[in-house]
Amino acid sequence: MNLGDIFLELSIRNVRLNFLRSLLAAIGIVIGVVAITSIGIMGANMTLSVTAELSESGNVIMMTPDSGGGGGSGPGGMGGGSSSDEEDEYIDKTQLRKIEQIATTGENNLVIPLYSASENIEVSGMEGRATIYGIDMNIVPELVDIEDGSMPLSTSGVLVGSTLAERYELKVGSRIKVGDEEVEDDDDIPQFTVRVTGILEEKGMSSDLSTDNAIIMDESLYTGHLGGEYEYDQVNLIAGDIDDIWQLEEDLDYALNYREDEVQIQDSGSMLERISETLGTMTSFMSAIGAISLLVAAVSIFNVMMMSVTERIKEIGILRSIGTRRSEIRKMFLYESMLLGVIGAVIGAIASFIGGYILTYGMIGTTEYFFMPGSLMYIPLGMVIGIAICILSGVYPAYRASCLDPIEALRSE
Amino acid sequence: MTGRPVIKLEDVVKVYSLPTDDVIALDNITLEIKEGEFVAIMGTSGSGKSTLLNQIGCLDVPTSGNLYIDGKSVRDLNDDELTDLRRDKIGYIFQNFNLIPLLDLCENVEYPLILRNKKRDDTGRPKKLLEMVGLDETRVWHRPNEISGGQRQRVAIARALVNDPAILLCDEPTGNLDSRTSVQIMDMITGLHREGRTIVMVTHEPDIAKYAERTIVMEDGRIVS
Repeated sequence: MNLGDIFLELSIRNVRLNFLRSLLAAIGIVIGVVAITSIGIMGANMTLSVTAELSESGNVIMMTPDSGGGGGSGPGGMGGGSSSDEEDEYIDKTQLRKIEQIATTGENNLVIPLYSASENIEVSGMEGRATIYGIDMNIVPELVDIEDGSMPLSTSGVLVGSTLAERYELKVGSRIKVGDEEVEDDDDIPQFTVRVTGILEEKGMSSDLSTDNAIIMDESLYTGHLGGEYEYDQVNLIAGDIDDIWQLEEDLDYALNYREDEVQIQDSGSMLERISETLGTMTSFMSAIGAISLLVAAVSIFNVMMMSVTERIKEIGILRSIGTRRSEIRKMFLYESMLLGVIGAVIGAIASFIGGYILTYGMIGTTEYFFMPGSLMYIPLGMVIGIAICILSGVYPAYRASCLDPIEALRSE
Repeated sequence: MTGRPVIKLEDVVKVYSLPTDDVIALDNITLEIKEGEFVAIMGTSGSGKSTLLNQIGCLDVPTSGNLYIDGKSVRDLNDDELTDLRRDKIGYIFQNFNLIPLLDLCENVEYPLILRNKKRDDTGRPKKLLEMVGLDETRVWHRPNEISGGQRQRVAIARALVNDPAILLCDEPTGNLDSRTSVQIMDMITGLHREGRTIVMVTHEPDIAKYAERTIVMEDGRIVS
């Protein structure tokens, strides 16, 4: 083989000569690269998958009562018209009116006031809990898709989420008992029965309305049994134009939180940012643990390189005595450590591709986002880190080799 | 001898500092070797003959005094300049051949040429030199450990000549060879001298020293005759 650079050739031949030792050292790098790359890929896939799901509801502004902000002591709001109660645990009619008023400033904006609670349910003797949404049935078709059945026509008809339907083996026509059999305190709701008229399509993770494990009923049915008429738990504003989101949020904040924070306003973007940040931190932390294996690999490469220098002292002496510069000796050993890095990184990249695919499928359940640049970029990144660590591990051994006295080196056996 | 001095030592002292005391390896050596001369340096073990050869070979620098190689003072040269001087002006032939085990014979000869030209050879000079020293063409792709001692020394001679150096330094060139091969190698070195090369050879064998025109005898770091 003639690669042009004699020092690279010498390095390649030395790696070949000590193949097993070199391979064992490179395996350390393989493990390190696989660890950081696979975790990186998995993290990226998680983020991409969450982003995709949440982006679908990117034009939704969610408003919830600001319970943490020391909500209203005494009447609040603008012009004394607000009827904000002492403890703002809901959005009242006045606030809703303000929201609706702001919504009219843009075209096709849709305001969805909704009630929600987590209640006990019972289906054919099976007990559990589910989220109950009370929404005006006229606007429900705008929010969800029905997979099986139809919209409720009777007052006791409800729609159920796909996960809930699966868990309780619900079908169109099934009956669900909502509430508590025995009413013991104020929090308990007297039991009432509803009938399933439709099963919703799976919606996945969503920031505005999580319907998969929920029962959706008309607001009159909800307030009739659970009370709290005009005391909304959440109001969603679906913007007709996604570019209006910031302006709408600003206007809503001014109108609702003019004196003090009474309503929490957020869009899926900010939620997405928070989730991405959390996932990013988690991935970084896991990668840092993975990086420990790279550190161990670095020690192993360092050890192999020191052994290589020690074994080749005589050869270094010969090379120096016939006119090889120190920098050229350094280059030769750095090439060798780089070669170990390249071998390790290439094997590691292949293993990461396979491992990352399996891990992603196992952890997230889909490899839809695996081939996206944001996910696959971890492979070259892991390779670069692996090679860089190898080269760094070789710096000191290379320096030591270049500093050897040629006469002393020639004398060694 | 009327040639210009190619090696010149003026009051060269080499002191090795040991933890217990200093060892004077070369004690005020003044010596001149002219172009085309064949000089043998003799002496007992520890007399300083190898140290002197290392100084001339620019593997080491004097503690004091001046050393000129081909008219150039080595005192003020940095490590890279010394290395380049070794590469371009000096050809080294060692007792134990010192071929590079990872390279084949042709590459061993080519190596100093690559160092100088910063590229692989395309002139065929290494092969011609191997042919000149009597190495069978079929052997040139072998590794050093696959050939005999005599053949290795021939390769070492070819390597020493590849950059057409001003000086050829031989450190006990026949020390590891049988008597028949020794004669062949010495004939080859004598032939190079006849072609006009300057040769400095360290030996402790009087029979080998006889091949040289001039013999310097060393004792305790000094030239005694």
